[in-house]
Amino acid sequence: MSILAILEKNNRETLAAAQDLGKQLNLPVNAAIFKPDVPQAKLEKVYHLRHELLNEYTADGYTAALEALIRKVQPTVVLFPHTYQVRDYAPKLATRLNRELISDVVQLKGETMVRQLFQGKLNADYTLKGEAPHLASIQAGAYSADQIEPGTPTPEIFEPELTASMIRTKPQPPFREAQRAVDLTAADKIVSVGRGIKEESNIALIENLAKAMGAEIAASRPICDNNWLPMERQVGSSGQTVAPKLYLAIGISGAIQHLVGMKGAKTIVAINKDPHAPIFEVADYGIAGDLFEVVPALIEELNR
Amino acid sequence: MRIIVAIKQVISRDASLRVDPTGTWVEDTGAGFEINEPDAYALEAALQLKEQHVGEVIALCAGPATASQTIRDALAKGADRAIHIEEEDPGRFGMLGLSRLLAKAAEAEAPDLILTGLQSDDFGYGQTGVIMAELLGLPHSTIIMQVEVSATGVRVKRELEDGWFQHLEMPLPAVLTIQSGINKLRYATLMGIKKAKSKEVKRLTAADLGVEAPAVLAMEKIYAPHRSKQTVMIEGTAKEQAAKLIQILRSEVRVL
Repeated sequence: MSILAILEKNNRETLAAAQDLGKQLNLPVNAAIFKPDVPQAKLEKVYHLRHELLNEYTADGYTAALEALIRKVQPTVVLFPHTYQVRDYAPKLATRLNRELISDVVQLKGETMVRQLFQGKLNADYTLKGEAPHLASIQAGAYSADQIEPGTPTPEIFEPELTASMIRTKPQPPFREAQRAVDLTAADKIVSVGRGIKEESNIALIENLAKAMGAEIAASRPICDNNWLPMERQVGSSGQTVAPKLYLAIGISGAIQHLVGMKGAKTIVAINKDPHAPIFEVADYGIAGDLFEVVPALIEELNR
Repeated sequence: MRIIVAIKQVISRDASLRVDPTGTWVEDTGAGFEINEPDAYALEAALQLKEQHVGEVIALCAGPATASQTIRDALAKGADRAIHIEEEDPGRFGMLGLSRLLAKAAEAEAPDLILTGLQSDDFGYGQTGVIMAELLGLPHSTIIMQVEVSATGVRVKRELEDGWFQHLEMPLPAVLTIQSGINKLRYATLMGIKKAKSKEVKRLTAADLGVEAPAVLAMEKIYAPHRSKQTVMIEGTAKEQAAKLIQILRSEVRVL
């Protein structure tokens, strides 16, 4: 009976969540790491999964290694950070264990886990049912890393039995596309546009507003998918993470993938025709209205 | 090559959502439906691969009778045939049960490649493709931005976080989950719509596939989120709202 947190780099939120859940369920907390980067947190045990076939990530390698660890440790709950890498292998691992992974959890309330449906428009409660282990991945930002109880655990090496023939994918080194010309992270004002803009020709309206405010222009994913603005202007989990003084979200509904990229902004203003849009959950100021009326009025006001 | 594309029909993005009396789903009578957006990109990727390599594209969909419209659209865009796993309430299977249905139906076709969108716009689990791969014993990769099929297998470009990418290779058959924006979606032509009417749609049930819904589901209830932050809503006409907002940004927030 224990909690097992599977850690990658920079996911102290998962550690905080695991410690919190450990307290709520009165269970010891263990962690598993793939790199010799030991978390400075109060943990019962840290398993360092080590094998030359784990030096670079593959879904096959990570699944086999964690399957072996989980069968040995027999945790009650296994928590993952909800990263792209976890999305690549954790559903496979869960299936191998004949379990379901509760993915993209935004809140833990004892044995109830909250996740979002319909791009953040509704929430759903999931409860841990059936036999352990229960698996869940935690959305970045669901927990504050300040809540971590410090400690200096000593890692224990865990060497799973892996063979080269188990690994079917051949990964190549990660790369970045052309150097980014725009660094949105340095901007102190950002005007960001989403699906509500409807057509490419309407982007000019937002550009005019950004100019009048002295702000950088950014966008949510669908806008960049359509090539209406370059990919380098995308804010969200697959784009840039920004924390400007002002973030003005126009016609952006506020799916979690977008929110994780901008909710660190000091002041958030949202303009959206749907008063129930999830973007208003994080906005300090909101205008529920038609952007095609409000934005021209803003430009006029700024240019007065 | 034979490509299966798993597609899902979802409630239209613009629909206003109301939780139904069961508390486990939303009122969808009278709602508009559309293809799950990432699945539309997966279908397009499959059609482009077929055009490059010759072969067959099979649209695979588990859903109620109303999902026929989404299947018909896929056929009109160029899928050669379809498999419709008819199930009025696919949600009752949970993510694992639903993937079992899809995997069983796919297995019988012995495909070279299975594509699906990286996640759905309704449940948003983002797991179906990966679970299918494990159930079928196939290699997979997720959040794919490019697919090239060669004699020895498939080479893909996988999206990582923060603007990073990675190429990887794997043998076929394989399962790939496709990211939105990988290609430019086509429209169905009039000829395509006409042809779709005579294309084969194989209908199957969960019983045909020997898959049972689990006795209990992890999902308990759905509800509108509680607002955690106090949002100041600015009221008035557009002109009044604009003037008020600029005033707030100038004198209270002091960013202008």
